[in-house]
Amino acid sequence: MELAVETKSLTRVFEPKKKKEGKSVVALDSVDLRIEHGELFGLLGPNGAGKTTLLKILSTLLLPTSGKAYVAGFDVENEFHEVRRRINMVSGGEISGYGLLTVKENLWMFSQFYGIKTKVALERIDQLLELFNLEEKKNEKVRTLSTGQRQKMNVIRGFVTDPEIIFLDEPTLGLDVNASKVIRDYIVDWVSNGKNRTVLLTTHYMAEADQLCDRIAIIDNGKILACDTPDNLKRIVKTNTTFALDVTMLENKDALGVIQGVDKFMFSDDAEKGFTRLKFVLTDESAVSDIVSEIVKSGSKILSLKKTEPTLEDVFIKMVGKGLD
Amino acid sequence: MNGTWLMMNLRAVRGRAYPRLIGLTREPSWMFFEIALPLLTVSAYAYIYKFMAAKPEFVGYVILGGAMTAFWLNVLWAMASQLYWEKETGNLSLFLVAPISRMSILAGMALGGMVGTTIRAISTVFIGVFAFSVVFSLTDPVALVIVFFVTLVALYGMGMMFASLYLLFGREAYHLSNLLTEPVYLASGFYFPVRYLGFWTAAGASIIPITLGLDALRQIFFPSGAQDAFLPIWTEIFVLAILSVAFLILSKFSLDFMERLGRTTGRLTLRWQ
Repeated sequence: MELAVETKSLTRVFEPKKKKEGKSVVALDSVDLRIEHGELFGLLGPNGAGKTTLLKILSTLLLPTSGKAYVAGFDVENEFHEVRRRINMVSGGEISGYGLLTVKENLWMFSQFYGIKTKVALERIDQLLELFNLEEKKNEKVRTLSTGQRQKMNVIRGFVTDPEIIFLDEPTLGLDVNASKVIRDYIVDWVSNGKNRTVLLTTHYMAEADQLCDRIAIIDNGKILACDTPDNLKRIVKTNTTFALDVTMLENKDALGVIQGVDKFMFSDDAEKGFTRLKFVLTDESAVSDIVSEIVKSGSKILSLKKTEPTLEDVFIKMVGKGLD
Repeated sequence: MNGTWLMMNLRAVRGRAYPRLIGLTREPSWMFFEIALPLLTVSAYAYIYKFMAAKPEFVGYVILGGAMTAFWLNVLWAMASQLYWEKETGNLSLFLVAPISRMSILAGMALGGMVGTTIRAISTVFIGVFAFSVVFSLTDPVALVIVFFVTLVALYGMGMMFASLYLLFGREAYHLSNLLTEPVYLASGFYFPVRYLGFWTAAGASIIPITLGLDALRQIFFPSGAQDAFLPIWTEIFVLAILSVAFLILSKFSLDFMERLGRTTGRLTLRWQ
């Protein structure tokens, strides 16, 4: 079955303009990716990892040095006209468009480059402006918009052409919580409400990738280090599970340490507040029920119970050897 | 090429022409900078000719030249340099990703530029005629329409070709436009009949379409100055038609070359390069 995006040993090397000016930079190194239609796929990586280079190749702005890339089944190098009919792209921090045009005029202008009839374009623009809480700005000149409003407009520009596949390069970069949420919610709705709509998203934000993406590829130094669902990626670092419990003062704690499945057991008493804090590292998660039974049997009362899950950040650090910031 | 493809590109032309046309109403400061200021230059030359007691046609030539200056500046600063500026603002990437011919983007810019600049040029002529009491006698309206049309197509075709070439020059494009402004006023005979530069100089300058276009306009509006003509009107129309086709073909080739080079080197999508 045809894939939305497929790369085979995709490599991109940037040569310096003059040999004296420095060394070649390998931006992508034999990247193999397979993205199904209908997926919301994330690329997670630090600055200079090769995320934007990959998006530029897939969106036909850049040629690979070697290897192949296909979008909607078309070769990005030789069949780029077909690719362009099916895609759109949005980058974080874009300043595209013309400041003297209004928001609505700008969006209409870009829709014309995709041959969309004016009536259809204007209907879609109105709907999207409403969804993005930007309708009151539709007749304002673009140069008067705030960063967040401008980025919302950029995202609308990408979706107004209703592409099969959209490439989003850090679409919520530098935006406040509300503006980011509006954009994230829309991306999820767009993918789930249309047949075979595909999103390839790059991001710096772990929580964004975790929340949005069906699958995530972690990329660093031009190589894909891991590619799976967020849950499966977390399992890479998930060897033990940690539980933290606060209980009313517990006298006999020895019995807890010998329960099967408990790897480590720590406690601390807070006599002043009258509770005991227990921490368990479990090799078998089902041991938690035995722990709870033992505590109740001893006459103590559970005040709180919290399970600590591994995060994408833990996965990222394990793979890349450093955090994003 | 099919109907859908044609419609898509016509819509793209209209879309890209729109900011130029709407800009006329949104930024009225152009009236000062592009009509009032050029009239100062026109006035300077007009007074020189008056004090020299030159033939009255010469003041008319100056007004025509002043009007055509608007087109030359528009081609240099709003056509040739435009793709470079579009790259800096990030629009170029979006144009390249769109499923249209890049020629329709340039054609949109050209069309918007032509319409807007024609209004400016006509304003200059009217104010010049009023201020210096010059009598324009239109002898051949058909020739006027054809000369004006082929001059603009050739001129903006050249601008479309330059647009791609300027991208290759990057930041030097600004200097290139400066370099091409003043010398062309001289070489193309903006304020005097170009034949007085000598046949070979005038022939060389004819590569810039405005040279022959202006010479033909002078003949159409001032038949009494026939002895100032460089070439017969219909010969000039013929050469301008050839230049139009040549520049449009060359602009298509240079655009394809620029895009291929940009995709290979990655420079088209990097700002400040």
